[in-house]
Amino acid sequence: MRLANVLNLGIKELRGLARDTAMLILIVYSFSIAVYMQSRSVPDALNRAALAIVDGDQSTLSTRITTAFYPPHFNPPVLIGEHEMDARLDMGLDTFALVIPPGFERDVAAGRMPEVQLNIDATRMTQAFTGGGYISSIVGSEVREYVDRYRSAPMPNADLALRARFNPALDQSWFGAITNVITSVTMLSIILTGAALIREREHGTIEHLLVMPVTPTEIMLSKVWSMALVVWVATAFSLLVVVQGLLGVPLGGSLTLFLAATALQLIATTCMGIFIATIAGAMPQFGLLMMLILMPLQILSGAMTPRESMPEVIQTIMLAAPNTHFVILAQAILFRGAGFAVVWPQFAALVVISAAYFFLALAQFRRFLR
Amino acid sequence: MNAAAAGPVARIEGVGLVFGRTRALVDVSLDLPAGTTVGLIGPDGVGKSSLLSLIAGARAVQTGRISVLGGDISDVIHRGAVQPRIAYMPQGLGRNLYPTLSVAENVDFFGRLFGQDTAERQGRIARLLESTGLAPFADRPAQKLSGGMKQKLGLCCALIHDPDLLILDEPTTGVDPLSRRQFWELIDSIRSARADMSVIVATAYMEEAARFDWLVAMDSGHVLATGTPAELMARTGTADLDAAFVALLPRERREGYEGMAIPPRTTQADGTAAIEAGGLTMRFGDFTAVDNVSFRIERGEIFGFLGSNGCGKTTTMKMLTGLLPASAGTARLFGHEVDPRDMETRRRVGYMSQAFSLYTELTVRQNLVLHARLFEMAEDDIPGRVEAMVGRFGLADVVDALPDALPLGIRQRLSLAVALIHGPDILILDEPTSGVDPVARAGFWQMLGELSRRDGVTIFVSTHFMNEAALCDRISLMHAGRVLISDTPAAIVERQGAADLEAAFIACLEDAIGEGGTAAPPPPLAEAAETGPTRSRAFDPRRMLAYTTREALELRRDPIRATLAILGSLILMFVIGYGINTDVRDLSFAVLDHDDTTISRDYVLDIAGSPYFIEATPLTGHADMDARMRAGEISLALEIPPGFARDLARGVPVEIGAWIDGAMPSRAETVRGYVQGMHATWLARKARELHGAAATPGSFDLVIRYRYNPTVESLIAMVPAVLPMLLLMIPAMLTVLSIVREKELGSIVNFYVTPVTRLEFLLGKQLPYIAVSLLNFLLLMAFAVFFFQVPFTGSFLALTLGAVLYAFVATAMGLFISTFMRSQTAAIFATALLTLIPSMQFSGLMDPVSSLEGAGALIGRIFPAAHFTTIARGTFSKGLGFDDLAASYWPLVLAIPVLLGLAAIFLRKQER
Repeated sequence: MRLANVLNLGIKELRGLARDTAMLILIVYSFSIAVYMQSRSVPDALNRAALAIVDGDQSTLSTRITTAFYPPHFNPPVLIGEHEMDARLDMGLDTFALVIPPGFERDVAAGRMPEVQLNIDATRMTQAFTGGGYISSIVGSEVREYVDRYRSAPMPNADLALRARFNPALDQSWFGAITNVITSVTMLSIILTGAALIREREHGTIEHLLVMPVTPTEIMLSKVWSMALVVWVATAFSLLVVVQGLLGVPLGGSLTLFLAATALQLIATTCMGIFIATIAGAMPQFGLLMMLILMPLQILSGAMTPRESMPEVIQTIMLAAPNTHFVILAQAILFRGAGFAVVWPQFAALVVISAAYFFLALAQFRRFLR
Repeated sequence: MNAAAAGPVARIEGVGLVFGRTRALVDVSLDLPAGTTVGLIGPDGVGKSSLLSLIAGARAVQTGRISVLGGDISDVIHRGAVQPRIAYMPQGLGRNLYPTLSVAENVDFFGRLFGQDTAERQGRIARLLESTGLAPFADRPAQKLSGGMKQKLGLCCALIHDPDLLILDEPTTGVDPLSRRQFWELIDSIRSARADMSVIVATAYMEEAARFDWLVAMDSGHVLATGTPAELMARTGTADLDAAFVALLPRERREGYEGMAIPPRTTQADGTAAIEAGGLTMRFGDFTAVDNVSFRIERGEIFGFLGSNGCGKTTTMKMLTGLLPASAGTARLFGHEVDPRDMETRRRVGYMSQAFSLYTELTVRQNLVLHARLFEMAEDDIPGRVEAMVGRFGLADVVDALPDALPLGIRQRLSLAVALIHGPDILILDEPTSGVDPVARAGFWQMLGELSRRDGVTIFVSTHFMNEAALCDRISLMHAGRVLISDTPAAIVERQGAADLEAAFIACLEDAIGEGGTAAPPPPLAEAAETGPTRSRAFDPRRMLAYTTREALELRRDPIRATLAILGSLILMFVIGYGINTDVRDLSFAVLDHDDTTISRDYVLDIAGSPYFIEATPLTGHADMDARMRAGEISLALEIPPGFARDLARGVPVEIGAWIDGAMPSRAETVRGYVQGMHATWLARKARELHGAAATPGSFDLVIRYRYNPTVESLIAMVPAVLPMLLLMIPAMLTVLSIVREKELGSIVNFYVTPVTRLEFLLGKQLPYIAVSLLNFLLLMAFAVFFFQVPFTGSFLALTLGAVLYAFVATAMGLFISTFMRSQTAAIFATALLTLIPSMQFSGLMDPVSSLEGAGALIGRIFPAAHFTTIARGTFSKGLGFDDLAASYWPLVLAIPVLLGLAAIFLRKQER
């Protein structure tokens, strides 16, 4: 293997990419506009939740409760009659319906333990839990304040000082921005390398290369390094300018460490691109196959939802995917400011996976050229 | 031929055509006589194809006016009226055919496009296949036909509707001489049966042009001359059309043309074989592409290789270059067996492949330098060598241009320069001159002559041109993987006792095939029974179904697309069902307990006992807490202050510290909810324990009812909401691809030149994918209900109705997207972006539409997936039926005509 060939062919790839306007637009879009937009458009976990209140009491206390819900967490509550409640929940107009029974204020004052009912549309998982928690604590504190004047005996009085670390306001856009960068890293590196290979095949240039003193390893390596470099630079740009600059997300840890991990991840994903391209053979098939691979990769890697809540089997299988480790590592470094001492196991896993993917892809690539 | 019978079949007045900066046609004015065979001659890229596509109505006229069959072809009504009378066979072997469809299915499809009924079609197909000799191969897929057979099939497809005007664009390029002759005999027999039919043919073979009635010689977008072949030769005082054509060229274009000649070999054989093949055989599965081929080529010899496309020439060349390992036999270069791993032999070989295969994204110089480097030339020698090549092959003016911007002739020279950059001893050229104009070809062969005679380079070249073959020192004729004959051109002509090389080859081929050649002239095409004027109906279901049937057949025969279409959605559902899981369970937490009393331990026990949390080893201090949270080991840390139990009993305010890992905000929110809830419950219990069961004012019960999903399981929430996403993305993508594929492969031209309307085309393409979509729906339902065990509580009928409407919407959306797309790759991305993101983020999959803001909220209100999500969730989890969901059907119903209408408006019936 001659490094000069790898270098020359890689430069050729970069020149080719420089003239491919569509791909350039896609790269710029994915790492800037897409990251920005998606991070901005994802609302916080509980954002403008739709709440309806059936106020059977019409008392000072119930009015107090009603006025305690306001944006951004809740839309101003809609006051409805009990008979409307089911239909509105059915249509998905409301996510929560709070039923305050007649005589609520009186019963509370008398210590008769009245029952407030909270109906939650549990098909809306993202809001169901958090919203339920918010509502019960809001109702609780309103009631407590109201009855404070009736209180005689000392009550156990313990406060819970809850603080979220690494993202004090639990701003979803921080998370969204990073998730998006990770998605773009994976997607683009697969697309760029795969497309580069398929383009060569379709134009017949790969045959031309093969009659020259160039080995398959050199051809593959040249694509891997050049396309990985492009995505790597785009990632750095995206993190510094878009995520840190425009979106103002404070990055906790060492950017260098993260970019080093990105390089490893890119080796694995570019090899994946080569692999898929050799199986697909043509661009349309490549595109379809990619969807089937990319989506599981992203969704099951823990980038979108916590890994621990997936079935054990899936968690185990996903250990073979570079994304899983990359996501863990990215969250640790960028949010929690973890250093190499903490994330070395993920680094090790990425090294092993990238190496394995490389040799698999190389073997497949050789077969493909035959 | 009665050329003067009527007015011209086509009148072209001041027609110009511009592609970007290229001027394909410049102010062309021409009358093409009716009832004759008109030939357009000239090399590739002079505007022949453009002119033909304009006449056929496949391309929109930019400037000027073209009348065809008595009316302006730009006029939509006239075009609609005459299209049933025109047949157009575009350039490229079988480019408008469908490779996976059989011969009969291909012809049948065209019959349907012209609205013929079954009986009529069957009769015509039988007659056509019989007369072209394709009848025995009626069930063979088009992709498995030889070049000659593909052309015949193309012709059958063109003739299915008895056209009055037959337009053939280079119908015989790449076909062996025998098939070529048979093809023209077929055309002649058709013409004799239908004397008033006009034929317009473009060709690059001058030998062929000699048999046409009337010729139009073209060069760089201009008409050079018109007239009968004899007239043209007489006018230029030349003996053959090749020379006549060159003589017609403007002076500066023919500079340096000295006819085609190569001095005889002077340095006679020194006995060393440069290339030696012994029993070379290549098998692909049970198909033998190359069968026991042997030859020996001496150093400095020019060895020609002839044969039709697909006869094994290219395969043989690939084996010689080590691109393909031979199944049997040996290939030797300079006495060394070809070994794909041996880099040394590669350095001695220069290869120029059939299609232009240099990097179009690199300039001429960059291409040369790259190849020099890849051949490991010393960095210092490269600039000199590149300059030498640039000078020798006349590339100085274009050295910084991109290959795409260059004329074909110059590109071929560049290919040759690249192949020679490292000074190889052997040059392997695969049809280097196809499509190149005669002047450039002569120049090219002159260069080959120099290389061979002066530099002693051994040249192995394949060609279709007989005058090129005649220049070779020796030639081999290949057919169906075997070498039929191998000798000097003169000896071959002599041995066959033929008049010229072409005749000699035809004789050879006939011997090999063992049929009497033209002995059995094809039965003349029975003049078709008059079926009355085929009135063009505004909407003909038959034409629509032609596309439906074909699309379905193609999909079924493309295993990758078919499998992905069906299994794809199942895989994705599985992934998402398990992956997008918002249940939070078994989170680890740790406690820093400064109090360490029964009370504080009781507090912790409450949390540790819940299904949500698992207690990890207690924290030793703040540093420990910090490290473990950073590592992501614990999601929650609690700190209980000293004197917690005492203060609590006294009613002194105390504070428990809780830190949540906020890296994943949605999970953190859930954790916060849990902790707050448990804290409140614990306090209430303590209060009762401390103050007895006596009711305390201010206490109330908050009863939470999780509706529709009482166990609050992610699967139940996710699976119904994933349906809309999957049923949008996959059908839309398949639909987009079905149209863009045709654009990319060229078969879209059948839509341009036949009477199919836009709506017929769109609906025809849409129907099979609606079926795919519904099949997907049923599979996904079965999977959801039986595998994921998601309870289905509502009306299945209501959901199915929604799914049917949604299938129409999803595919219509695909049709709409396809109108803006040219390449399949772009189409896939665009479709993914346009379907996936809105259906994931703005349709209630994760966040309810009612919680979206700004643009997201607007998308959520109009995007069809949002409405289908309501239907799916309503029927799955909420036990709803038609009446409850009525409001969600209307937007879907409305979306169908809107999307289809937009697609029909933006779809072009002509190329621009």
